[in-house]
Amino acid sequence: MSTQFKVILVAVIAVIAAATAYVYLQKDAENGDTIVLGAAVSLTGKYSTNGKHTQNGYNLAASRINERGGVKIGGKSYKLKIIFYDDESTPARGAQLAERLIKQDGVKYLLGPYSSGLTKAIAPVTEKYKVPMVEGNGASKSLFTQGYKYLFAVLSTTEFYLKEAINLAAEQAKNTGRDPKTLTVAMAFENDPFSQDIRAGVMEDAKRNGMKIVIDDKLPPELNDMAATLAKVKALKPDVLVVSGHAKGAALAVRQVADMKVDVPMLAITHCDSAKVIEKFKDKANYTLCASQWDRGLSYRDGWFGTAEEYAQAYEKAFNESPPYQAAESTAAVLTFVDAFQRAGSLDPEKVRAALTGTNMQTFYGNIKFDSTGKNIAKPMVLYQIQDQKYKVVAPTKWATSKLLHPTPGWDKR
Amino acid sequence: MDNLLILFNQPVVSLQIIVDGVLVGAILAIAAYGMALVWGVMKIINIVQGEFVMLGGYVALAFADAGLSPLWAVPAGAVILFAVGWALYRLVIFRVVDRDLFISILATFGLSILLQQLANQVFTADVRTAESGLVSRSFLDGKIVIAEVKVLAFVFAGLVGIALWAFLKHSRLGQAIRATAQNARAARIMGINTDHVYAMTYGLNAAICGAAGALVAMTWVVHPYLGLPYTIRSFMIVVVAGLGNLPGVIVAALGLGTAENFAGFLLGAEYQIAFIFCLLVAILVWRSRRLARQRRYLK
Amino acid sequence: MSRGEILILWTLGLAASALAPFLFPAVITQLTFLWLMILFALTWDIMGGQMGYNSFGNIFFFGIGAYACAVIQRDSGLGWHLAFFIGMGAAALLGVAAAAVLGSGILGLRGQYFAIGSLGLGIAGGEVAAGWDYIGAGSGLSPPLYPGALGRREIFFYFLFLALALICFLALRRLYGGRFGLAINAIRDDEDKAEAMGLRTTRYKTVAWCISAFFVAMAGAGAGNLIGFIDPRDVAFAGVTFGVWMVLMAILGGKGTLWGPILGAVIFHITQELFWTYLLGWQRVALGFLIVVIVVFFPTGILGWLRERHPHLFGEAVDAGAGTDGERGAS
Repeated sequence: MSTQFKVILVAVIAVIAAATAYVYLQKDAENGDTIVLGAAVSLTGKYSTNGKHTQNGYNLAASRINERGGVKIGGKSYKLKIIFYDDESTPARGAQLAERLIKQDGVKYLLGPYSSGLTKAIAPVTEKYKVPMVEGNGASKSLFTQGYKYLFAVLSTTEFYLKEAINLAAEQAKNTGRDPKTLTVAMAFENDPFSQDIRAGVMEDAKRNGMKIVIDDKLPPELNDMAATLAKVKALKPDVLVVSGHAKGAALAVRQVADMKVDVPMLAITHCDSAKVIEKFKDKANYTLCASQWDRGLSYRDGWFGTAEEYAQAYEKAFNESPPYQAAESTAAVLTFVDAFQRAGSLDPEKVRAALTGTNMQTFYGNIKFDSTGKNIAKPMVLYQIQDQKYKVVAPTKWATSKLLHPTPGWDKR
Repeated sequence: MDNLLILFNQPVVSLQIIVDGVLVGAILAIAAYGMALVWGVMKIINIVQGEFVMLGGYVALAFADAGLSPLWAVPAGAVILFAVGWALYRLVIFRVVDRDLFISILATFGLSILLQQLANQVFTADVRTAESGLVSRSFLDGKIVIAEVKVLAFVFAGLVGIALWAFLKHSRLGQAIRATAQNARAARIMGINTDHVYAMTYGLNAAICGAAGALVAMTWVVHPYLGLPYTIRSFMIVVVAGLGNLPGVIVAALGLGTAENFAGFLLGAEYQIAFIFCLLVAILVWRSRRLARQRRYLK
Repeated sequence: MSRGEILILWTLGLAASALAPFLFPAVITQLTFLWLMILFALTWDIMGGQMGYNSFGNIFFFGIGAYACAVIQRDSGLGWHLAFFIGMGAAALLGVAAAAVLGSGILGLRGQYFAIGSLGLGIAGGEVAAGWDYIGAGSGLSPPLYPGALGRREIFFYFLFLALALICFLALRRLYGGRFGLAINAIRDDEDKAEAMGLRTTRYKTVAWCISAFFVAMAGAGAGNLIGFIDPRDVAFAGVTFGVWMVLMAILGGKGTLWGPILGAVIFHITQELFWTYLLGWQRVALGFLIVVIVVFFPTGILGWLRERHPHLFGEAVDAGAGTDGERGAS
């Protein structure tokens, strides 16, 4: 045998041996007294800020539950453990990691990733393996039109995000004697699944009110400058400007609207708090409307965390920052699982799934009740307006603490 | 097209777009000078360019966090990034300088990923801004708005251009740099320490990008991934202007900024970036076709 | 190596590859991706290694393939398997057509201009796809789910990619050993002289790119279905991930050789998986670092490095005097 042959043969055998060792030495996720949940979150990449918030939310839930004795099923107490992988904000990676969690790590219940794009990639995997997944950060409506039975979302879906803003605009128009059909709407949305879904929701609402859409820009994610869009806004003078592009979109919108002195009667955006627009832009952020899944001032409460404010304080203590809603909804996802485990009285995934469909509970985050597609239909979106550099809830009216200030005064008067 | 009609009905909007474009182009020009310098002297295409801008932005943020005016971050960023650039040269770049261009592209690409991800780990991916404290001034009854900080960037770009030109022409190191660019071997024979020249050039490039980055932080937003567009655009500008043509770089940069802005306005923001890259490909192909007629090709 | 030895190794390799999904069912998707990586590296090497045209835009054809197939699957109304295979055919066709048409312009560029020009192509592809509503624009496109029992899907895709990679390898081996291989190597070594000697360089360059595009587009068609969701920038025209990795893998293994890219793909993929598991959060940093190390210290790749250190492994005998190579070992 030639040397070449020997070398290659040894190399091939070594690879096979290494692969076998690697695969068979993986630990199983079945640990007598622990329930293992799995999650692929974005710890790096463009979603890493909110991925971190998501992870924090999951961890806070697990630690609070474990502190209080764990999950009680059939007289026995189980601790919660969460295995995390980094999906790098890439859908392909997310799907791979979901498979890995299920097949290699033996996880039987999954917590959702951050962002609709990633949830869209992971949902087919959990559906295929019949693994229940409760998520709190994938709001895209299209997730719930695929007939998935193992997907449950605690957050309000995208079509609700800016619905209140459009409704408010219509209301204000009527109050001043103007026909809502004469209102013009300008939209700028980042070109990713989540933001585009919100856009779809806004378009529907606008059409329902008979409003005309005069600008419809899809902002590329790499773009750091909205000047071209805002030049159009200045030229066309719409009544409402709607912008959604994660934290970057929010920061750019507020900054550039102020810098370019764009006068719009109503500016409605999302992700104000994760972009920290008040801290960054101070009084330039006033009058902006912000959509939010949750507010710490709301009067929801539950047995694990108390009121929303108490949750916020616990979060602040653990992570040194005020909890953005992404963290709150992640915690709520874990609480939903725990509730389902306890009601099912079992850890069998099918029974847990069945229990999940019957969820009807209040958490510090809001009410949770799933419809047949897995959406949460019991919790409305909250709309803030930034007044005097503070977030004030202006809609829905049941929870409003302040009146809407409309129309926004021009920049030369501010 | 509706958007085109807007421009006809309200010509002032065109003016605003041009003004915005030119001001954006000023910052691109700064990054492009550096790219041209490094390419011309060291014969490498520096993909880390955008990351230097990004790091300059973080210097501005650090200043803002420390309570100082980010405007001081412009010179400070230059100094700090000079050190970073110089260090990178000594650690990695010197190994790829004498190799072929493709190796330099890949190596600097690896470095750019490294720096990007390090920044992501250290600074988190949060989108952040710095406030310059400068205001926006409006003209023509609010139709044209110009942010002072952008004007500052424009003036700064001009100053950098002039300073660079003067430096290269009159100072000793500048002459050494030019000599090395013309013929590195001959320069060495004449006693010039080309290694030192390369280190200085690379550091200088990083410095001006760092200053540009500080301006970016005050004008737009900063996050770890903002680099690649600057790298690509500065490459495009240098290709269009041609190496060694400093005034050409300025014109090309301003032109690119304006063209991009118009594209975003007319075609919609979603095609703004596609437009640029198609433009890049088109320019390259057109150039090479023209040369091919003379049986030459783009070098 | 004698023919017998080669036969033994091939049999061993093929048997291991065919049995792997059944022996290691937990990592079957990772193994499928391994074949995809090998495809990427091999097809890139045609352009970069054998022909000297370093392309950063081969991902363009990958994206075309992914979308073409998914659109056919979405709109044709045929059964899954039929639609998929027709989709793959369409993908290959469109990919080759794109290469032929674009090649006439872009292949006229040389060296770094070609590199950046092709990069521009890849990015433009992603941006245009993200703005085109017919294929889902920024929201992406989901191909229909694979019908069939659990586990069948993984097996299907595993063998699909295995087959594709094998066919690609055999095709390339054939091509490199013949006139085509000599021609593109000549273009790499000195294009002007090759042209002067009467070689139709434009034609060969375009054919090479078309061959690359053919396999990459089909890989795209399969990958779109494997991943389950086609995002224009992150999956289809994934320039900064797949687009760059294909270059790295070929260089790591040794560009310009037949087995180099395969070796590079295997090592790269395994290293990546290890980084992901054990360096959570820092894996991208490690990746950047790895790239720098590979490019700076191993520009000829592992095979090149081995060849210098142990030429006898490659069948080359190095004399103390003026000798160069003895027999060239073919593997």
